[in-house]
Amino acid sequence: MAAISQSDHSQSDHSQSDYSEAGRPETGGPLDASVRVDLYRMMVLIRTYEERIRQEYHADKTPGFDIGAGKIPGEMHLAAGQEPVAAGVCPHLRPSDALTATHRPHHLAIAHGVDLAKMTAEIFGRQGGLGHGRGGHMHLFDPAVHFSCSGIVAEGLPPALGQAFAFRHRGTDSVAVAVTGEGGANQGAFHESLNLASLWRLPVVFVIEDNEWGISVSRRASTSVEDNSLRAAANAMPGVRIEDNDVEAVYRAARTAVERARAGHGPSLIEVHTLRLWGHFEGDPQTYRPDLATVEERDPIPSYRRLLVEAGVLDEAGVERIAEEAATKVERAVEFALASPEPDPSTATAYAFE
Amino acid sequence: MTVVEEPAAKASPPPPRRLTMAKAMVEGIAAEMERDPSVFYMGEDVGAYGGIFSSTTGLLERFGPERVRDTPISETAFMGLATGAAVEGMRPIVELMFADFFGVCMDQIYNHMAKIHFESGGNVKVPVVLTSAVGGGYSDGAQHSQCLWGTFAHLPGMKVVIPSTPADAKGLMISAIRDDNPVIYLFHKGAMGLAWMAKTRRALGDVPSESYETPIGKAAVARPGRDVTVVTVSLSVHYALDVADELASEGIDVEVLDLRSLVPLDRDAIVESVSRTGRLVVVDEDYRSFGMSAEVMATVAERDPSLLTVAPVRVAVPDVPIPYARALEQAVLPTPERIRAAVRQVMG
Repeated sequence: MAAISQSDHSQSDHSQSDYSEAGRPETGGPLDASVRVDLYRMMVLIRTYEERIRQEYHADKTPGFDIGAGKIPGEMHLAAGQEPVAAGVCPHLRPSDALTATHRPHHLAIAHGVDLAKMTAEIFGRQGGLGHGRGGHMHLFDPAVHFSCSGIVAEGLPPALGQAFAFRHRGTDSVAVAVTGEGGANQGAFHESLNLASLWRLPVVFVIEDNEWGISVSRRASTSVEDNSLRAAANAMPGVRIEDNDVEAVYRAARTAVERARAGHGPSLIEVHTLRLWGHFEGDPQTYRPDLATVEERDPIPSYRRLLVEAGVLDEAGVERIAEEAATKVERAVEFALASPEPDPSTATAYAFE
Repeated sequence: MTVVEEPAAKASPPPPRRLTMAKAMVEGIAAEMERDPSVFYMGEDVGAYGGIFSSTTGLLERFGPERVRDTPISETAFMGLATGAAVEGMRPIVELMFADFFGVCMDQIYNHMAKIHFESGGNVKVPVVLTSAVGGGYSDGAQHSQCLWGTFAHLPGMKVVIPSTPADAKGLMISAIRDDNPVIYLFHKGAMGLAWMAKTRRALGDVPSESYETPIGKAAVARPGRDVTVVTVSLSVHYALDVADELASEGIDVEVLDLRSLVPLDRDAIVESVSRTGRLVVVDEDYRSFGMSAEVMATVAERDPSLLTVAPVRVAVPDVPIPYARALEQAVLPTPERIRAAVRQVMG
């Protein structure tokens, strides 16, 4: 169902036999029904969450649009359309595995099991949030599941190397997943990180979310290669590109990459051609975007729902139940956030140092 | 300094040895690597070479390549690697060969290493020690001679320590490694006692054999005096002491305060000294404006400007890049000549 292109590259000396094979996308029969339902369930939870945050974000920014006003102030980068990346990668991770996300982190946080209530309270800038209101939506840290994110493009990758280094030093088989956008693949941090992770054979999985847009600049206008997975070859690691925002293809590719990292064979790169369903940030007019008219029809969730219903894996009752479960979880998280107090201004200087 | 560990089964510790600052620094690192398996050292040329400025001499031979790691010339990647490893409970020491190179990795330093503890509301600790060589005086030009400690100190979330003596080099290193915060540890090339660079006699000093912590955030009175307070740090401490010795013969009694840490800054020690002398000279090998020298003066002005009986004077690098030609470089550095003139100026 998905077009998968693979970069087949020559090997350097130090990374012998295993990487070209490990980089080959998995084929084979359909995934188990329960896995497919779980993938759908996670995508729905993420979408429900992002829709609710969007609603809360805009609820009290009028008249006009004042970015700093309202229950949720500041920039807001929502991940609607990119659910397949998080839903496909994270089932292979344990709470002991690390994940570093980007300025657009909610889908990955949810799928990796970040505490939804505390995360929501952090987004609302409340004392009960993950960072007691010090971080905000681009700076979510949940050490219980080794989750972090960074608002600086591609700069979340280097710390993931260190987490992977520490896991290996401790003799565990934990891995670190390092996520960036396709715009981040043009950053020095990306190239340095790929080289070092490969050189030291660190248990890292690099994931590029190619949503085609670095704010308003398209991948074609910013990137010398057609396909960022080609850049894996320059660092002697497998690189796979997944087209069509296909959650099952992401699931299979991530399984291979995570297993490879756990087995001590080093890093891999997965690029997912995904979709930014909404603007770069809330309030982005997207006038630069010629594909706006077709965005809705490329929404990955309705198409996957149809596929599962047609395959007999899900029925309408199941679809309904999943939607209700998601709504309940999100409602509880928002209730927790709104019940949490605002941080005390007299504590504004706390936490700069241990 | 606080002695926290004494050799067992000995009536008294072995006598101190005379060590260079470089050797004392390495001794501090080795002691902690011996004690704590989560400590490791990485950077460019820190393995077989032993650190371009001898910051790691002998560590590879003693602890092996897993714990003493040469990195590619990829400061962003390995600086971030240090942060990630620290987040997971290790205690990395990461060397930036020259402080001047921070430009290629500053995002990892000030936006990640320094902010994660804050952004996480104290839930994530980042116990990294970032070591780096600073300072000029040997014609290395504008990109290899800067001190830049004011820049690190200006940005919140990093402690900044700068030893001027071998004993403090060891004790501050041990304290930095044990500290749960990011600590920037800056060592002056001219104070390391390197065989291939002009050095002051003060680069060699007594160093206790046992492990001990030099408290971070505590200044030291390097020389007590009654007439004028010279507040300074790093190699300039050596020069200030030389000047103080000279001026003593003229009856000018100079107190030299070695800050040792810029973050936290020992403001009490500054005010206490100035309250006795009434005169203040600040010597800073970093740039003059918006830096350490202004911070020291502001500290006094905010507490009690009437402590000063005469306008304070600062000796710093004028706001130009460090020149290459020897005569030009010496003209901008805080040399003993400039320090002497400043002291005479406040003495009237």
